[in-house]
Amino acid sequence: MTEAYRFESVAAVRESLGKVDYLADEGIAGVVYLADRLGKPVLVEGPAGTGKTQLAKSVAEITGARLIRLQCYEGLDESKALYEWNYKKQLLRIQAERNEGTTWEELEDDIFSEEFLLTRPLLEAIRADQPVVLLIDEVDRVEVETEALLLEILSDYQVSIPELGTVRATQVPLVFLTSNNTRELSEALKRRCLFLHVDYPDLEREREIVLAKVPGITESLADQVARIVRSIRQLELKKPPSVSESIDWARTLLLLGVDQVDAATATGTANILLKYQSDIAKATKEFEQDTALAGGEAAGAGAGAAAGVAKPWQRNA
Amino acid sequence: MPERAATTIDGARHRLAEVGAGAALTELLAGFITELRAAGLPVSLTENLDAMAAVQHIPLEDRDAFKYALAATLVKNAAHWRVFETVFEVYFSLRGREFALTDEQMAELPDLDDLLGELAEQQQGERGAGGTGEQLTPEELAEMLYKALAQGNEAMLKALARQAVRRYAGMEPGRPVGGTYYLYRTLRNLDLDGVLDRLMQQARDEASQALTPLEERLERDEYEARIDQLRKEIEAEIRRRLVADRGVEAMARTLRKPLPEDVDFMHASREEMASLRKAIYPLTRKLAVRLARKRRHGRKGPLDFRSTMRHSLSSGGVPVDPQFRYPRPSKPEIFVVADISGSVAAFARFTLHLVYAISHQFSKVRSFVFIDGIDEVTRMFEGVEDIADAVHRVNTEADVVWVDGHSDYGHAFEVFWQRWGKEVGPKTTLLLLGDARNNYHASQSWVVKEMQHRARHVYWLNPEPRSYWDTGDSIIGEYTTFCDGVFECRNLRQLERFVDNLV
Repeated sequence: MTEAYRFESVAAVRESLGKVDYLADEGIAGVVYLADRLGKPVLVEGPAGTGKTQLAKSVAEITGARLIRLQCYEGLDESKALYEWNYKKQLLRIQAERNEGTTWEELEDDIFSEEFLLTRPLLEAIRADQPVVLLIDEVDRVEVETEALLLEILSDYQVSIPELGTVRATQVPLVFLTSNNTRELSEALKRRCLFLHVDYPDLEREREIVLAKVPGITESLADQVARIVRSIRQLELKKPPSVSESIDWARTLLLLGVDQVDAATATGTANILLKYQSDIAKATKEFEQDTALAGGEAAGAGAGAAAGVAKPWQRNA
Repeated sequence: MPERAATTIDGARHRLAEVGAGAALTELLAGFITELRAAGLPVSLTENLDAMAAVQHIPLEDRDAFKYALAATLVKNAAHWRVFETVFEVYFSLRGREFALTDEQMAELPDLDDLLGELAEQQQGERGAGGTGEQLTPEELAEMLYKALAQGNEAMLKALARQAVRRYAGMEPGRPVGGTYYLYRTLRNLDLDGVLDRLMQQARDEASQALTPLEERLERDEYEARIDQLRKEIEAEIRRRLVADRGVEAMARTLRKPLPEDVDFMHASREEMASLRKAIYPLTRKLAVRLARKRRHGRKGPLDFRSTMRHSLSSGGVPVDPQFRYPRPSKPEIFVVADISGSVAAFARFTLHLVYAISHQFSKVRSFVFIDGIDEVTRMFEGVEDIADAVHRVNTEADVVWVDGHSDYGHAFEVFWQRWGKEVGPKTTLLLLGDARNNYHASQSWVVKEMQHRARHVYWLNPEPRSYWDTGDSIIGEYTTFCDGVFECRNLRQLERFVDNLV
């Protein structure tokens, strides 16, 4: 399985991802690069809405590969993930052969041939001739037992079909598995993968993402969006706003014709950023508190909003 | 296996050597991985090999890429990242330079000092004096720090952090003091709170009109982030110096932090507590999944003759599809009785989170809290979305003080038995949580005996180390006699093991 590598260097990965509007940080680009070099799958983990699935799509786009996607769910099984025999067609075949006097062995060889095989995403990715990016989405949703289905593919890039033999990959596909970490994945699966944890981006990256993804937005608005979102993420919320939600929010603000976000606008549109009523209430309360405090003491509000909250650098002192 | 493994590792080392990484790197990597394992990270042999293969593809002078290459191959759990990072910093902060950094980067560090000197000159130039970073007065240093923070100048912050450590930490070679001591000394001299106030004041002055509360909050967040950055730089500098002084292995040992699952509940810091809370939800989910599966996949039941005959009708009376009587495990009722007094406060808060989490997974959970009085708090967890709210309500509203607010297990149990004892039935599992430090009151252990009689199981979880049990006013031994199991439950790992056994 020797072949030319897809990427020159970490910087090259980052640059070409940037061209398709996926702004990768050092870690993301590094792991994608290594995945290509080592020929290993990547397990991408992190909170929802941080661009895990998008990463696979973007990589497919820059390498010009076909994206094959397997969406996982509880109850996913072999016949949905790997392959299935097209038994209706097999039955038809048997019916058609009935009068021609073929022996059972001949018939058996015949009906268990490729013609009667229905390929499902995993097998399809293995058998493809062109370059392929395989995305196994939300792998934490399948049961632990089903995970084992993936192991053969992930380590050897092959699928064993009892009646047919082993199908080997003609080219090593880039494989991405995503997980929202709702349960611990098995050791066996983790061992076979490179691990990438995608977290909320830092301020600059978020601003750039918003700028790239929301056409027509001004720099100052993008900056405000990024800063307010960062501020909200610091509250202890059930579900902090993700990148996709800040993009949605930026779009909304743009459509509303806002160019200066004030507290009223922020709380008025908070339902786009936050998905739980309790979270919205908390954020609103927090911002209103600010206003109340500022009203009380016009000047020198040194103690200000964060009065009760320990500042980050005081934690261990 | 060891034979073969050794050869493969050696093979990897050879290949590494061929790439020109040198023996130093392979040695260092081996030590690094040993230290990771010592810290509790489960690094397998294949992962070790992967790491060695990965670094061959990475330009060694790129320190960030090197770090991510190791992380991607060795760390398979985001919660372990912090531990990895600490070990990495220790191993590759100083020795890293010997092999990994190019001359150019070597030269970069003195550059920073030059930069500092230049800045100092600039500043003093205004007053016609000259000098380098070493001769700055404390006031000037504070002034520069303030400017660097105001501009968000990272290179300068780095240089200033170095300078501040050199000046204020008072580090002496061979002195057996922890890094936090130096950190504290440095920070005390920098007065970051004052700096923040000043930054905010300046932001207010600079604005053309008065800052709105929102703007004020955003400015504050920005400056806080920068100051946090500075603090990290200072920490890194102190660590570098300590490593230089004491050597890598010794430092790695002293800095070794427990993994989140090994953090002691009673001594968890704020941050650790937050990560523990996050870890609880997967745990309870796992529990629920396992329970559900038991109900679904229990295939050990005897043949259900009636149902088999009924099903055979569709195949002309031939019983092709035998039906079984699946066992229906009874849904457990759980009563949690938790001590929330000061001595176990940290554990109690954690327990409440746990109670909240399991109350959503089990069909029937009732919770009680006590100090010397006892109160039922089940309703406070019902239909509550925000756990912090519920915990707050429990801590403020629950009527748990009877006389003096010192734990009295005996009285609490007695009242529990009088008021709710009748509701304990053969389906009930009782979980008692606390350290059994009874302040020399009567134990009333007969209540626990009664409980054991009537309930299915009585378990006790004790957050104290086993060696402390039955010392001082701890009377866990008296209760142990009547419990089906008493478990030491000091960290997530132990809790997980208990939960496994429970289901």
